[in-house]
Amino acid sequence: MNFNFSEEQQLRDTLDRYVRKDYGFEKRRGIIHSDSGWSAEVWAQLADLGVLAVGLPEEHGGLGGGPFDTLLVMEALGRGMVVEPYLATVVLGAGLVARAGSEEQKAEILPAVASGDRRLALAHYERGGRYDLSRIETSARRDGDSWVLDGHKSVVLHGAAADTLLVSAKTPSGISLFLVDAKASGVTRRDTPAQDGHRVAEVVLKSAPGDLVGAEGAALPQIELALDHAIAALCAEAVGGMSALIEATVGYLKTRKQFGVPIGSFQALQHRAVEMYLHAEQARSMSYLAADKLGVSDAAERRRAISGAKVLVGNAARYVGQQAVQLHGGIGVTDELAVGHYFKRLTMITLLFGDVDHHLAQFGEAMAA
Amino acid sequence: MDLNFTAADEAFRGEVRSFIERKLPADIRRKVLEGLRLEKDDYYRWHVRLHEQGWVAANWPKEFGGPGWNAAQQHIFEEECADAGAPILSPFGLRMVAPVIMAFASPAQQQYYLPRIRSGEHWWCQGYSEPGSGSDLASLRTRAERVGDKYIVNGQKTWTTLGHHANWIFCLVRTNAEARKQEGISFLLIDMNTPGITVRPIIMIDGEHEVNEVWFENVEVPVGNLVGEENKGWTYAKYLLGHERTNIAEVGRSKRRLKRLKEIAAKQPASDGRPLLQDARFRDRIAQVEIELMALEITNLRVIAADMEKRAPGPEASLLKIRGSEIQQTLTELMMQALGHDALPFQHAAMDPQYAGEVIGPGYGVPLSGQYFNFRKTTIYGGSNEIQRNIISKMILGF
Repeated sequence: MNFNFSEEQQLRDTLDRYVRKDYGFEKRRGIIHSDSGWSAEVWAQLADLGVLAVGLPEEHGGLGGGPFDTLLVMEALGRGMVVEPYLATVVLGAGLVARAGSEEQKAEILPAVASGDRRLALAHYERGGRYDLSRIETSARRDGDSWVLDGHKSVVLHGAAADTLLVSAKTPSGISLFLVDAKASGVTRRDTPAQDGHRVAEVVLKSAPGDLVGAEGAALPQIELALDHAIAALCAEAVGGMSALIEATVGYLKTRKQFGVPIGSFQALQHRAVEMYLHAEQARSMSYLAADKLGVSDAAERRRAISGAKVLVGNAARYVGQQAVQLHGGIGVTDELAVGHYFKRLTMITLLFGDVDHHLAQFGEAMAA
Repeated sequence: MDLNFTAADEAFRGEVRSFIERKLPADIRRKVLEGLRLEKDDYYRWHVRLHEQGWVAANWPKEFGGPGWNAAQQHIFEEECADAGAPILSPFGLRMVAPVIMAFASPAQQQYYLPRIRSGEHWWCQGYSEPGSGSDLASLRTRAERVGDKYIVNGQKTWTTLGHHANWIFCLVRTNAEARKQEGISFLLIDMNTPGITVRPIIMIDGEHEVNEVWFENVEVPVGNLVGEENKGWTYAKYLLGHERTNIAEVGRSKRRLKRLKEIAAKQPASDGRPLLQDARFRDRIAQVEIELMALEITNLRVIAADMEKRAPGPEASLLKIRGSEIQQTLTELMMQALGHDALPFQHAAMDPQYAGEVIGPGYGVPLSGQYFNFRKTTIYGGSNEIQRNIISKMILGF
């Protein structure tokens, strides 16, 4: 048992410093209002710092880190509300390629991700399936030696920033995964800003050429595992966001004066802040558990930890976000202050990859089984 | 970063588990697991067996006759005891007065009291709260006047848990009425057999006798029973409150109750006749509390890890107290709720393990409503959860 991040400490310190110094609120505002919605300069800097490489295998240009390294990265990105496509590219995209791709695919893609030269996105969810991973309509058919895909992928995280899409599609033996060149003919992407400053895209595929990843029909467990990695990462991001938000809120309560005193002298508000702290600490614990269980071979054990974390972190993020806004009063519902932006990101995190109700049901099914 | 116990820790767990399997009397285990009434002798028998093994003072250092376990080992020991259905040893001697004696009493007092706490010869209770002094404990009024080599104690203590089992009581008493309220308090050890002490039961909400009022009328206590310095008692009391924290979260016992809740929900029918455990709404409630408990287990380990690095005991204990007690209350509430109408009959006689009469509803249901009512105490005792929030507010958030 060891709760220190001694080995991971250097990365954490470096990234924390970078986010604090070079990714201020105004800089972020400029980025999210730019055409692309992400900064190539920031992306190159993340590559220089080794952040993009940390979770990738050493034989493909990575640093060979594990889930706790990803956790630290995500927590730091969460503190700064970084909108660059780290989760989409490294955690989801590169993670899938590293676990399911052929040697050739790995050699082509992973070093380019680590160096910052290639961005990825997972195009899996569709409009009709809500959170059910198996309900997709996009299909792929053989066309000579290769495959072509048809379908509509909805709300693809950072789909427009991606050079390569990982697209799931129905094939004769089940669900398969394909690498699709984002600029190929037959691929249309409509970029849209998300509520939280990130970008999402509607991706339409019309006879778009795809390169099969892994065995045909065997992709669903890989997609589920990738999303579990993403859920664990989002939990860590939420922990970072909550800690920044609590700091901001406590600071505000100590300085904002009404009735001639700092409003933080009122017990009703103090206890609200304490409840935020309790939620955040429990969420932190659950983010550790989620990271710890990503690698276990027992699928039910992993399910319990990941769904459990998504439930607890979801409840915590909702409470902390809502109360941070409430305790700030009117300024909390403006665009001017970071508080509202944290609230929006935390809220979207609670909806991504299954909300509290969805994961409560998943957890319950694992329990009753 | 590694959430898992070491191989040595796991070996230790195996040793503890096999000891409990061999030595915990089956009748006591049954009473604990089924929530039936425990007598003093039940606690005593288990105390003695642990003492023979050298494990009774689990949190004591070696120099005072403890096993010298680190925080992780203490945690594992507690977890195994809880899981197996061992009764909770009375904390007042082993976990509360003993650390104060070790830290502040004279060597002669240490040599006299500590071995007797370990052997079970002295059975302690706590004389802190008074009718007018609950959360504002420092306002206490029980007074001890020094006359020659004695203190004359007059006043009333209350909420004295298992005081009717005890033969010693450690008391906070006022020795200086003039000073600031925290600075006129002393820490006094009193033999319960001294003339002038009266113990009166307070019957709790579940009909059980668990706590008492203790009255002191001109009770003569030798000056040698004072711990440390006169009027420094508040410092010792605070030390005591901040000291015990590996077990405050009650993770082990809550895990056992969660298991029990699931067993009950698997047996109880939902309105559609299927097991209640298959009912989505009830299952969600179980899932919510189970997830909160999973998180608390990790939070608890984080605090233990900090302990092992000898970082000073911190206000995180308040976090464990708040969430731990909320979880205990939710679990007892869900167990009651699982019974439906069978939660209504008050079958007090059936709380006796010897009871052989008829029971309305399932036998496992008998103690559950009472346990729910009783467990409302967990957010009140040991510093109410509102006081714990004040502590976090001040010590962690800096208000």
